[in-house]
Parts: sequence; C-alpha cells; structure tokens
Amino acid sequence: MRAMVTVIGKDKVGIIASLSNILANCNVNILDISQTTMQDVFTMIMLVEISGLNIPFSELSEQLEKKGVEIGLSVKIQHEDIFNSMHQI
Amino acid sequence: MIRPFEIIETIKMIQEENLDIRTITMGISLMDCISDDGNVTRRKVYDKITRLAANLVKVGEDIEKEYGIPIINKRISVTPISLIAASSSEDDYVKFAQIMDKAADEVGVNFIGGFSALVHKGYTKGDAKLIQSIPEALSITKKVCSSVNLATTKTGINMDAIKEMGKIIKKSAELTADSGGLGCAKLVVFANAPEDNPFMAGAFHGVGEPESVISVGVSGPGTVKCALEKVKGADFETVSETIKKTAFKITRIGQLVAREASKRLGVSFGIVDLSLAPTPAIGDSVAHILEEMGLEKCGTHGTTAALALLNDAVKKGGVMASSFVGGLSGAFIPVSEDAGMINAVVEGALSIEKLEAMTCVCSVGLDMIVVPGDTSAETISAIIADEAAIGVVNNKTTAVRIIPAPGKKVGDMVEFGGLLGSGPVMKINQFSSNEFVNRGGRIPAPLHSLRN
Repeated sequence: MRAMVTVIGKDKVGIIASLSNILANCNVNILDISQTTMQDVFTMIMLVEISGLNIPFSELSEQLEKKGVEIGLSVKIQHEDIFNSMHQI
Repeated sequence: MIRPFEIIETIKMIQEENLDIRTITMGISLMDCISDDGNVTRRKVYDKITRLAANLVKVGEDIEKEYGIPIINKRISVTPISLIAASSSEDDYVKFAQIMDKAADEVGVNFIGGFSALVHKGYTKGDAKLIQSIPEALSITKKVCSSVNLATTKTGINMDAIKEMGKIIKKSAELTADSGGLGCAKLVVFANAPEDNPFMAGAFHGVGEPESVISVGVSGPGTVKCALEKVKGADFETVSETIKKTAFKITRIGQLVAREASKRLGVSFGIVDLSLAPTPAIGDSVAHILEEMGLEKCGTHGTTAALALLNDAVKKGGVMASSFVGGLSGAFIPVSEDAGMINAVVEGALSIEKLEAMTCVCSVGLDMIVVPGDTSAETISAIIADEAAIGVVNNKTTAVRIIPAPGKKVGDMVEFGGLLGSGPVMKINQFSSNEFVNRGGRIPAPLHSLRN
C-alpha cells in the first residue's frame, strides 16, 4: 500500500531530514521524492510504501502534521488512491 | 506516476475550495422487523440498525483520515416506516420515530431518514397514521427525517395528500415554533421520489433496494466556481467542458469513498449521487457558480439557463466517473443552506417564482424556503401542487421543503444552525388558492406523447 506525503510552504533547511526521521521510525520506506516551486510556493512530494507501517495510519498522519506545524509547513499524508482515482481513468 | 501539479490540485480542492464528501448513507431494509406487536417491531428495528450500522461512523472517519478528504455526514436511511408499522394495531407512530432517533444516537450518525410514506396514488391505513404522527415525531426527535411521496409521472398527483401535507407542515412548524419551525426543515414532500437518495431530509430505503446498501453523496460547488474563475469571459462550450471535467474529478472521489466504505462494512455499493450540494460557508455556494457565469445576482434573467447548463454538465462529467449513479443527482438550490442564495433573496434578486422556474432544470425543488408564519395551509398545499406538477409532467424528481416560520414576517431572518443555515423569510403571492386546493381528489397522470 502506498501513500503520498505532501509538504507545502516556504523552503528551509532540514525538511527532508525531520520528516524522513519520522517515516523511518514508523518503518515507512520512501520510494520517490520530487520537489518543485509552484506559484512561489515550495512543494515537495514523497511517494512512500506503508505496508510495513508499525503504528496506526492516523497516528503517523498526526505526527507528520505536528512536525509540519513545528517547522512552519503544511505536511499531509494521504493514501495514493485518492490522486489516482481523480487524475487517471 | 501522478504529476506534482495534479497532487497539488487535489489538495487545493480539499483545503481551499471546500471539496468534500457530503454524506455516506447506509440504507437498511426493515422489512424483516415487521410484527403485529409494535414493541417487538421497535426492538427489532433498534437491534437491526445498531447491528448493521455499528461501524458506519468509524469507517467513515477512518476513510476521512486515510484519504485526507472530509466526510461531513454519516447517515442512515430505512424502509418507509408506514410499511413497517402498519401491521401493529397502534394508531400513533411517534414511538417508531423515537426508536429511530435512539438507534441513530447509539451509532453516532447525524441523521436517520425513512419516517416516510408513499401515497402518490392513495393512502393505506399505515400511511394515514404515519402522516398524522409526523408533526409530533419531528418535534420530539432530533435526528429523524421524514418524507412523503405525493405524486409520480405514472400515477398523477394525489391532491388529497397535498391538501393534508399543507396542514401537517403548518402543524410541524407550530410544534417547533421556539426553533423557528425547525421541524419543517426535517420534512420534505416529493414527486417522483428516488428510492436510493442519500440526502436528507428525503432519504429512505426503497422497497426495491437490497438488504443493506452504501450510497455516497458528493459535493463541491466551491471547486466548480474556482474552476470557472479560470475561464472568465470564455464561451459556453468552454464553461460546460470546465464543469464536466471538475464534476468528473469530484465524482471519482465519491466513487472511491463509496467502494471503500462498502468493502470495509461488507455492504453492497449502491450509487454515487452526483450532486452539487452547497453549505452556508462562504465559497461553497451554487448561486455563486451561476454568478461566476456572468449574472450580477442569482435570480436575475438568465439564471434558469445558467442552472440548466450547470446541472447538465455536472451529470455528464459525473456519469463517466462512477459505475452507478442515482439519487437526486444534480445541482441543489436550498436557499437557507447557500450563502449566495440567501444574499440574492435579501437583495431582492431571487423570488419564489424564479426558484420554481429553476427547479424545472435542476435537482431538486423548492428547498429550505422560509415563508411568513401566517401563510395558510392551503397556500402551502398550492405551492406543493405547482412543484409536483413540474416533476410529474417533466418526468423528474421535484420536492418541497418549506418552513412557515411562526411569528416571522417577510424580511426577517430565521436561524436553523449548522448545515441548515439561516433563511430569509420570502414573499409569497397574496391571492388565495383555497378553492383549488379544497377540491381534493387526484390529478390524472399526464400524457407522454404530443409533447409540447
């Protein structure tokens, strides 16, 4: 099962480090990372494998969101199906 | 692999444009709860609802978290209670509404629909008792919604029932006078009622439906408006294409959620209702979509055409996105639940007559209309008759949810709270329809050839 982690906000040092730390602790593997600046907003997208997740999904989601608030960015994790179903036929 | 801008588009739709799943509704058949003892029936009803829907709210919340899409309501619809209660010898069906309310509380859903009767051709004994119980049932329960089907294209219009429902609506308002007539906000009358509608107040589980079923109603007026903002001044082909594409995306999420919910609950998937359902929140208004098309205010000349285009494009975009489509599918125009509609009424741009015209081209009907408290039962019946005629002749669903707010006059505002919003009291025609309504009987089914 795969999910997308999206980070939106202002670019700064250590974003990947702080998030990948949380993901590693939860046994989540990062499959792909892409980042770009869209309309002056820094956007980073991580595709992650959550089959081995060792805590409930909602807890991981809360941890990431909390970290986001700490570093002043919006961080979300969503099951990849929501994007696939909306954008692929 | 999904491209980054597509991911951002989805997130933006949810976070900034109020895209949400309006409701996951579980339909439950109560046919096997029927007994000649009312107490036994009610115990079976309670047990069945609380057993089948035990995990509904939790599953809804889990999906909400995992997919990051808000699911605003979790609801239940049941077989029309007039059928379930008829075998009991009881004359008052209020206790059945109370047990529905209790079961809804127990499983934590927002509403339960199905305190209903289907009387388009005539009353059974159960129908008559149920209808008489509606005002009290709605005044002493919180979550129970009631609906009555009064007309169909195949049977015509039951004018006796329409006459009676005028009185029932008045009485419901009087019994809930301290909350502005809130009882009426939970009561809707239909022509051509769909059996699989997930939206309240009109949801009930039709007799042709399976044992239990999951249906989903989507929303997203804000998303459509934002998409149209990007094609300012473009021709109608572009407008239509833009709405179709947006409706497709919205509905795909509805389909995903419906499939996932039905899988997790072990209940069959029913339909996705392709609806544009507004909320009173700013940026979640159907009226504002119409204004984005170039109308100064919703309700001015051109509004019906704009709504027809919107409604059609939503269906065309949505149909391909879901394997099963049903319910009310189309744009909703509930006045009190839509910031743009409220504003249009307050500014004098939108009248009941214009709303009636708009209901010819959209789903559903005169919805959440507040009228003065001294409006007569006959006038309310006549308003219902007009709306039923539109539905019956045009082979579509129409409905009326009207609130004669006790003690209120034209121009007053009535606060209902939550998704029901607040409604400005609208002006109605002052001339009498009494003799017309008091004739009684049935208006025969219309001819469907020689269409003009």
